[in-house]
Amino acid sequence: MIRPMTITEKILAEHAGLREVEPGQIINARLDLVLGNDITAPIGIEEFYKVGAQKVFDPEKIVLIPDHFVPNKDIKSAQQCKLMRQFAQAQQITHYYEVGEMGIEHALLPELGLVLPGDLVVGADSHTCTYGALGAFSTGVGSTDFAAAMITGEAWFRVPETIKINYHGKRRPWVDGKDLILYTIGQIGVDGALYKAMEFAGETIANLPMDSRFTMANMAIEAGGKSGIIAPDKITKEYVQGRAKRPYKFIYSDGEAKYSQIIDIEVSRIEPQVAFPHLPSNVKPISAVGHVPVDQVVIGSCTNGRLEDLRTAARVLKGRKRAPYTRLIIIPATQGIYQQALKEGLLEIFLEAKAVISTPTCGPCLGGYMGVLAEGERAVSTTNRNFVGRMGHAQSEVYLANPAIAAASAVLGRIGSPEELGLPA
Amino acid sequence: MVFQGKVWKLGANIDTDAIIPARYLNTTDPQEMATHLLEDIDPNFLSKIKPGDILVAMENFGCGSSREHAPLAIKYAGISCVVAKSFARIFYRNAFNMGLPIFESAAAAEETVSGDELIIDSAQGTIENLRTKKIYRAQPIPPFMQELIEAGGLMNYVQKYKMKG
Repeated sequence: MIRPMTITEKILAEHAGLREVEPGQIINARLDLVLGNDITAPIGIEEFYKVGAQKVFDPEKIVLIPDHFVPNKDIKSAQQCKLMRQFAQAQQITHYYEVGEMGIEHALLPELGLVLPGDLVVGADSHTCTYGALGAFSTGVGSTDFAAAMITGEAWFRVPETIKINYHGKRRPWVDGKDLILYTIGQIGVDGALYKAMEFAGETIANLPMDSRFTMANMAIEAGGKSGIIAPDKITKEYVQGRAKRPYKFIYSDGEAKYSQIIDIEVSRIEPQVAFPHLPSNVKPISAVGHVPVDQVVIGSCTNGRLEDLRTAARVLKGRKRAPYTRLIIIPATQGIYQQALKEGLLEIFLEAKAVISTPTCGPCLGGYMGVLAEGERAVSTTNRNFVGRMGHAQSEVYLANPAIAAASAVLGRIGSPEELGLPA
Repeated sequence: MVFQGKVWKLGANIDTDAIIPARYLNTTDPQEMATHLLEDIDPNFLSKIKPGDILVAMENFGCGSSREHAPLAIKYAGISCVVAKSFARIFYRNAFNMGLPIFESAAAAEETVSGDELIIDSAQGTIENLRTKKIYRAQPIPPFMQELIEAGGLMNYVQKYKMKG
């Protein structure tokens, strides 16, 4: 008899050609997709050639996306992108997305249907865990793993234990996936899920829109998690239908599956959360934030640059303007999201609010460009990390929040909520 | 391998942005990465260390990004190995793949201070503190990862076992 398994164990077992696996076991597994970007791929490409590799295992299963420092922020970034572009051409990589069609990788791959439920994906970017929102097992690796995976189409894994987190009850107004995950990280800490898979479940998740699910899975790494996963359901099906160009499989945890820990969270008590410097676990409910003036607000990134995020920001910003000395930078995560935001009139609302709208890029999230902070400056950002120096000067500060809080803070010039602007609770 | 060196002690949750800030990720040259090691924590860090020195940190060392620039910067700055109470998983994986020796030991991490001298025997899995005369046992390394080390890292392993012709 096969032991009861979690969704994560089942995906890993299937891709390793095994009937069952258990936590701690080291397996070699077949990959459905291998991802790299303009920061991580160049090192991997050099490694690829260094060992004398000639061809990638499958040019249709590799995705290369210049998204971090593009359009090239400086000469060195341009060199990195050139290296990746030439590799993509030489290897005839199907899924290379040039500036003008590219988007932030973790928003673009699901949008294009490149990653699907039941898949096993590695990406040379820590936020590769985002695709767990589709019921896939995906995890971040380094450039060497990326290089090896491009050659072999395989990777080694230590089967992780799983923490199950059940979310119960109805979300309050202006609370979305960002608040659920920030609250969770606040509870378990930045290494609370170290080496482990996080499985998000419960009736709150069953009613959570896809974009918020991506936000939650995206930040599993901020709790130290190897992956964050949500069992596929009808919301998943709606999202995937029309995007998928190959078969996919809905996989579910067995009722008797073993978890290393089960956590229950009562959602109706959760307010919008703000993570104070310098750890994502350093959260406070919005009502406890106090007076925190803000120099810059960023709405975007692989965490919160999707359409629902922009719609929420627009609801708050409509008919309002940012505070006089608070810069507001809004970054649709993909060209598709950009276009839809244009059609819906969201971009006009942003421009009227005196926001800067940028082409898709990871730029400001990691202090690359398009919004680097000066000494002593403070930002509210919908991104995922608030480490020392993350968005610029080592003496700058980043506060993480959801798009509604970020937008309201831009208007108020200090951290605050839409309710303070008279928006209905 | 036996590593002997002076300790630089760090705290908990040393993230990859602290190890090498993202603004310096626009290069593939590990020597250049090394020049920015831990610069946002201590701008003069690089000038203080000597080849063979050892980093000792508390929980969750290397959390955050998957950037292999982080272990590369450490290795090419001349740090011989890293001891921590625990490592973030991508950093842990990267270190084995690219050949930076790392050792997990809660007691050694807690009881070691900057300036101590450690002798680490990777084959025995022991960490000796010459000041306190204490010997600690590092967490055992899974056999597969031992194989990776013996092959000289993941790419050499792939070249040896997975590439044909």
